[in-house]
Amino acid sequence: MSIIRLYRSFIVAVIEASLIAASLCLPLEAADAETYQARRDRMVQLIEGDVRDTSAYLKRSALDERVLAAMASVPRHEFVPAELADQAYRNRPLPIGYGQTISQPYIVAIMTDLMELEPGQKVLEIGTGSGYQAAVLGELDMRVWSIEIIEALGKRAGSLLQRLDYGAIELRIGDGYYGWPEAAPFDAIIVTAAASHIPPPLVRQLAIGGRMIIPVGSRFSTQELILIHRINQDEIVTRQVLPVRFVPLTGDH
Amino acid sequence: MKFGAQPRIAIALMSAAVLAYEVLLMALFSLIQWHHFAYLVVSIALLGFGISGSLLVYLAPRLRHSFRGFATSQACLFALSSLLGFGLAQRLSFNPEELIWDPAHWIRLALVILLLMLPFLFAANLIGMALIEFRERLSRIYAADLLGAGVGALGIIGLLYLMTPTRALLLVATFGLAAAAAVWIECRGRAWPALSALILAGLALQLLPTAWTEPVISPYKELSQILRIPGTRIVEQRSSPLGWLSVVESPNLPLRHAPGLSLNARAEPPPQLALFTDAGGMSAITRYRGERDEIRYLDDMTSALPYHLQQPRHVLLLGSGGGADVLQALYHGVEHIDAVELNPQVIELVRDRFADFSGRIYSPKHANLHIDEARGFLQRGDKTYDLIQIPLLDSFAGAAGGVHGLNENYLYTVEAIQQALRRLETNGFIVLTRWLRLPPRDSLKLFATAIAALERSGMGDAGQHLLLIRGLQTTTLLIKKGTISGTDIERLRTFCRQRAFDLAYYPGMPASEANRHNRLQSAYFYDAAQALLGSGRERYLRQYKFDLTPSTDDRPFHFHFVKWGSLAELLEIRHRGGSALLETSYLTLLVALLLGLILSLALILVPLLFIRSSTTPTPVRFAKTRVFTYFAALGLGFLLIEIAFLQKFILLLHHPLYAAAVVLASFLVAAGFGSAWAQRYAGSLRARRACFYAVLGIVLLGGAGLMLHGPLLQLAGSWSLAARIGLSILLIAPLGFCMGMPFPLGLTSISIGAVSLTPWAWGINGCASVISAVLASLLAIHFGFNLVILVAMACYLLAIISYPVAAGGLEQGLMVKNPTGNR
Repeated sequence: MSIIRLYRSFIVAVIEASLIAASLCLPLEAADAETYQARRDRMVQLIEGDVRDTSAYLKRSALDERVLAAMASVPRHEFVPAELADQAYRNRPLPIGYGQTISQPYIVAIMTDLMELEPGQKVLEIGTGSGYQAAVLGELDMRVWSIEIIEALGKRAGSLLQRLDYGAIELRIGDGYYGWPEAAPFDAIIVTAAASHIPPPLVRQLAIGGRMIIPVGSRFSTQELILIHRINQDEIVTRQVLPVRFVPLTGDH
Repeated sequence: MKFGAQPRIAIALMSAAVLAYEVLLMALFSLIQWHHFAYLVVSIALLGFGISGSLLVYLAPRLRHSFRGFATSQACLFALSSLLGFGLAQRLSFNPEELIWDPAHWIRLALVILLLMLPFLFAANLIGMALIEFRERLSRIYAADLLGAGVGALGIIGLLYLMTPTRALLLVATFGLAAAAAVWIECRGRAWPALSALILAGLALQLLPTAWTEPVISPYKELSQILRIPGTRIVEQRSSPLGWLSVVESPNLPLRHAPGLSLNARAEPPPQLALFTDAGGMSAITRYRGERDEIRYLDDMTSALPYHLQQPRHVLLLGSGGGADVLQALYHGVEHIDAVELNPQVIELVRDRFADFSGRIYSPKHANLHIDEARGFLQRGDKTYDLIQIPLLDSFAGAAGGVHGLNENYLYTVEAIQQALRRLETNGFIVLTRWLRLPPRDSLKLFATAIAALERSGMGDAGQHLLLIRGLQTTTLLIKKGTISGTDIERLRTFCRQRAFDLAYYPGMPASEANRHNRLQSAYFYDAAQALLGSGRERYLRQYKFDLTPSTDDRPFHFHFVKWGSLAELLEIRHRGGSALLETSYLTLLVALLLGLILSLALILVPLLFIRSSTTPTPVRFAKTRVFTYFAALGLGFLLIEIAFLQKFILLLHHPLYAAAVVLASFLVAAGFGSAWAQRYAGSLRARRACFYAVLGIVLLGGAGLMLHGPLLQLAGSWSLAARIGLSILLIAPLGFCMGMPFPLGLTSISIGAVSLTPWAWGINGCASVISAVLASLLAIHFGFNLVILVAMACYLLAIISYPVAAGGLEQGLMVKNPTGNR
């Protein structure tokens, strides 16, 4: 019967298509074709190039060398699920489970840089996630306090950071809205957990001269960065930074 | 013998099931992914029909004597694949947001499409095969098909009021099985084995583990995210065609939903329950115990501004949802609140289920509640207000992801603001709050829309009636019916200073006051407001890289901003921090169009080769270009008109859902009658003339519609729902009747002469519809619905010019008396 033959060939075609699709979903590069270090270096070069293009918006022509050096040494592939390790050094956000993501390296670099940190300063992070941002801060010799609401994520990040020897990072599982009063004030606060507004209590835990940075957007696309700078006890200045070089108007305006 | 046994009930059942499946997929994908997938669903459906067309070219000659078995198997496969296809598709962990990051997701998308397409393919196989098998009575089959489709489109809406979409999916599959039994019996199969098999299979379906069809919601949707927080749980769920509502309680971590709360806020929100529609669009039901202090946070949002300029006595809230804006009005001591909310289940939740928690804010003591659509409410009454509030109802995640780009919105149009202005007291305000996005889009488009509305209402200098402020995450626009006074400006300044909000526009504002608290790269909002109010408006709109043209009832796409000219640049910077500037919904639309084009071309060209190499002698030759043009033009025209009407009639029926049901059903049923009527001319010498009159009717009725719809919709706005539905049917039915005729007339003509071309024509028609569905949206977004209707009329004219006539003349085609004997 021709119809049975036809269905058989159709099913074969579907299976073939799925196999092709599955093979394409697999890592495109072989894992040990290139060392992780070489990939990290390439990632950093890529970021440097992009930053040059975006300089006018970030108000700087290049990122702090130390930030780039930190990015070049933190093993990002450890912070993503094993099956995505090969994509770890691509300039893209990656899913880490629980509906959460590890940010695009480019955005991590910009945010870290905008905090204008000096070694030994105190940083509070709301939303530990994979722990990658905390590790970058640890690599910069910061004292880091980090709060995560999803228990499984927090525990995973905690043990990973310990294994990688980022000992100066204190981790807590819980609500980040009120910050970490025992350790306040902080020289920098980074809020990666989405909220409908910026928690006023956090602003109060900012040291004079301190900066707070909040990426706004969806899990896979950062729309803008909100930067809050405490000038003195009573005065704060906020700035909204577009992480991209895009002029809404053309030339002659 | 077989002409006496047309499986019309089976065709109607199958057709109803497949239409219901299509609507269901839209509802289910709105829930597990995003709303704009609805556009993809239309294309998927039509793709299935297209592929079936080319399959039948190959299959039809080989299945001449086994219609019954083939048709029964197709109906059964429909039932099976509708359940399994959806079950598998939603487990492919496809994430639309990753499309711009990861090519692997394109493959997953293709697999999703393939899986969801299968039921359409099987249903189309059955219907298409019946059209070939019973070509002598083709119009009747086609009529049964359209009638069934009409009933299916209406019926599923009703069903969704009674059961969840996943339950409805099981029922639709059962309908497929019923079609299988029906076709078996109608084609002289033995009844009782078929019936018992149907009952058994139907029962088996009901026993299927529900886990198979339970919706697997994307982990990136807000509901999934909040459920990760320890202690949170869904305490209540409701489902209707208006969406799937979930109420979430979070005992450990307060929700603190306060969009755009000032950094200087002195108070926090009290305990709240989160309210989700289709697992997204979070809003809150706030605990209220009648104490004003508890809800003080509502005074520290940009939307509180109008209450500081004057003390309004009569306030109208267009879309009151969980009730935050009712509370805001209560906080400011408003005496008379009219709250309009579309979804009765939302009201039921706040007013009854969580009555104590919400402080009975929807009781007559606090607010007059109206279950109504906002535009309809504005149009119908004549009570005037001191304040009309159009609250922020969509969530930030949605705005940031650009998922609303394709949604029509009749509240943010020039005409809507004009209507609201008419319902204002002399010194009343309209207040509109939006999420702030950079570079500015949303708020500026609204500003431009307000200017257009003021100018059209003859209010003189629009700049004297507008105020615009921004916080860190929201902007609020005020439109005053009278002119802004010095006192207004003084109070505005104080309000903003206390809350660290920025002034963006007030009449006479100096540049030095802009961009002070929350500094942007440049004073975007102030500059834009000045440009839009000055003489350089046109140039500014032209040069701005996003589309800020005011939206109107003809082009009601407030959330669409992408300009073709900027698309290349946006794509280029997508990996360098620019991903958020792309509208994912618009991209999906483009992908759907591209996909439709490629697949459709392939599907039409491949069967063409088959036909050439076919050894079956064709008694009559038809000019293939004519056949192609005719059926392609009909496919384009039908869908263009249908979709344009569907969108336009939302305005008359005040509800996207009533519009979908009434418009689809009217078109399909009327076209079914048209098709049945056409039967008397089919295959005769008068067929072409009948077709000519039908097209003439379409052009005249379409043209009349273009001129009359505007005034008619205006006039009928205040009528009762039944009267408005009656008017809609009256406006659509004659047009639909005419539109039902050309297809079967042409198809009969070629199927008598050259039966091998029938499925090809059917496929072409299907493919053209795939493209048409997407094209309609694209044309509407860029040029408005009126143009869509004009293009459709042109398609029908093209069709009549290329009416398929046998190469040797029509008469020769009709000389063939016994087509089956020739094969």
